[in-house]
Amino acid sequence: MDDQMMLNKIQDIFRDVFDKSDLVISRETNSDQIEEWDSLNHINLVVAIEKQFKIKFTLAELQPLKNVGEMMDVMQKKLS
Amino acid sequence: MNPTQVDQVFQYPFQGQELLAKQNRWRRLLLEQSDSFEPKRIAILGGSTTFNIRNLLELFLLRKGFKPTFYESGYNRYFEEAVFEMEGLKAFQPDVVYIHTTSHNLLYPPLPDDSAECVEEKLNQELGRYRRIWQSLQDHFPCAIIQNNFELPLNRVLGNLDSSAVQGMSRFILRLNLAMGDAVRSMPRLYINDIHYLASLTGLERWHDSRLWYSFKYALSFDAMPILANNLASIVSALYGKTQKALVVDLDNTMWGGVIGDDGPSGIEIGKENPRAEAFSDLQLYVKNLHRRGIVLAVSSKNEEMIAREGFERPESVLKLTDFQSFKANWEPKPDNLVKIAQELNLGLDSLVFLDDNPAEREIVRARLPMVKVPPLGDSVEEFIGHLDKGGWFEPVFLSADDLERNRYYHENRSREELKNSTSTIGDFLASLQMTAEICAFSPPSLQRITQLINKTNQFNLTTRRCNLAEVESMMNGKEYITLCGKLCDKFGDNGLITVLAGKITGDTVEIILWLMSCRVLQRGVEDAMMDRLVEEARARGIRNIVGVYLPTAKNGMVKEHYLKMGFTRMEETGDEMAKWIFRIPESYSPRNRFIKISAVSSQKKD
Repeated sequence: MDDQMMLNKIQDIFRDVFDKSDLVISRETNSDQIEEWDSLNHINLVVAIEKQFKIKFTLAELQPLKNVGEMMDVMQKKLS
Repeated sequence: MNPTQVDQVFQYPFQGQELLAKQNRWRRLLLEQSDSFEPKRIAILGGSTTFNIRNLLELFLLRKGFKPTFYESGYNRYFEEAVFEMEGLKAFQPDVVYIHTTSHNLLYPPLPDDSAECVEEKLNQELGRYRRIWQSLQDHFPCAIIQNNFELPLNRVLGNLDSSAVQGMSRFILRLNLAMGDAVRSMPRLYINDIHYLASLTGLERWHDSRLWYSFKYALSFDAMPILANNLASIVSALYGKTQKALVVDLDNTMWGGVIGDDGPSGIEIGKENPRAEAFSDLQLYVKNLHRRGIVLAVSSKNEEMIAREGFERPESVLKLTDFQSFKANWEPKPDNLVKIAQELNLGLDSLVFLDDNPAEREIVRARLPMVKVPPLGDSVEEFIGHLDKGGWFEPVFLSADDLERNRYYHENRSREELKNSTSTIGDFLASLQMTAEICAFSPPSLQRITQLINKTNQFNLTTRRCNLAEVESMMNGKEYITLCGKLCDKFGDNGLITVLAGKITGDTVEIILWLMSCRVLQRGVEDAMMDRLVEEARARGIRNIVGVYLPTAKNGMVKEHYLKMGFTRMEETGDEMAKWIFRIPESYSPRNRFIKISAVSSQKKD
């Protein structure tokens, strides 16, 4: 999947989960930049992504990642 | 946001992902839909992570008209906070405590090499912990207690022996669940949230998500969370009387296959002759069983009445004409029929569930009467029962003798109506009923029925104040309260416990905080008998004044002048229609009651 397309879809999920319709994310966005991005909201993000992209993260991949880009790399591997 | 869009998300089968991913948006939307939520304080004591469970429960409760405030225990501190460290709960003062424990919280699971005695001991230890929690909560808080039972784990180390060997985990869990169910009978404020059923319904592989357990200590999957939250919200609704009381059904292709007007009574599909006929028969059986537990049935169908009735005269028909309290087969719009049915049954429109296979009819009813519950039924008859069942519309908190006998009351009422039509004056009618009443203080055997009546009576209800069992119990025990409840019999039968009154004493005045009566016994003079008894009880306590307040709602207009009729004087107007009334007890009070013989008078003075 095209990286930008994936980022756009993930951005929509971020906007839903954090209820911020104008939220803009990039590959560099990390949990320090979004106040509500704690571990409990992280799992809500991850499961929403799983459903949207029809993928499943393993236990190890569920652990908090450095930033959005790292998450996208894991996803790209699963989707390819 | 129209009601259908909201229904699609919140009705079975739930769009759990939509709810979980967009929790905040849904919260906003639901809050905008109403401005009259009932506040409730709910404490969640969790044996695992409760973050999403709290959020989803909030959404499902908002949808049912409650605005919850939550307290969450520290992670896995459910036992400690219920038994030793109660500061948090004490400060919070919960209306409801929900103990969210699961099989992950079993401290003494049976092991394959345990002796039978050892397993027995473990079972008792496990149960003992929960009994301590319930007892402590019951002793310290006037709250309802909702307790999860246990779901089966995903794996079986003993294989099929898990269900039969004494060391088997399945067997252990089933025995625990059985014991928890039995505990309800000795703990009237304990309610079981049956996650064993929910997990089976969902499928254990879909219910459990071990990744979520290991990583975030969620004891169930994201798919399962909305199912759990909906079930909990149904219990809370039922606790506070927000459940439906009547089912209105369409006929053609809803109660039987085919169109009776075209196919004739012998042509409709019902019975065992083919698969569809069998499915309709099972649906009728489900509806019949709802009726057996006290749900009132009515028909709204586009048909010629004479022909429509013949459908239930088929010998294969499980439902019979006598099962229906109202039968509207005509060509009027269905919303008009539903309004008439509600009037006939003396119920609010929000007490009705409407069952119709035709999506267009459902849409019309939803749009015109948004307070009527309209389950989406699915595409085919074999799906209908599931949609009706999973909505939780008729969730009971307990089965009262009254629920089970409601249908008998309705039949007796027909005889009363006939008598009424054959006597010339209302006085003659009341005299000929040969009524006797038993009026006494609240007592433990009646508490559940009293609570039920308080929470579901809308019309003859002066304050529409809702109370849970614990609050009713504290009125029963408090010296500052006068409590009265009345049962009425007549020559046609026993109406059961049908009226409740409670007053709070301050100095030489008693203020009536509850006065309500079942609509089954309107205009029989029961309120006169209650007034007489209230005066008598007040006098015995040296009280001089009785104060009553009328709090108007959309449904209790019939008692607007109640206190005037009882001889009270208006004190003040507070707000539009709300009024405070006073009755100064005279030296010689002449009893109002003329037609009811009072039995078993006993003073209820508390020492």
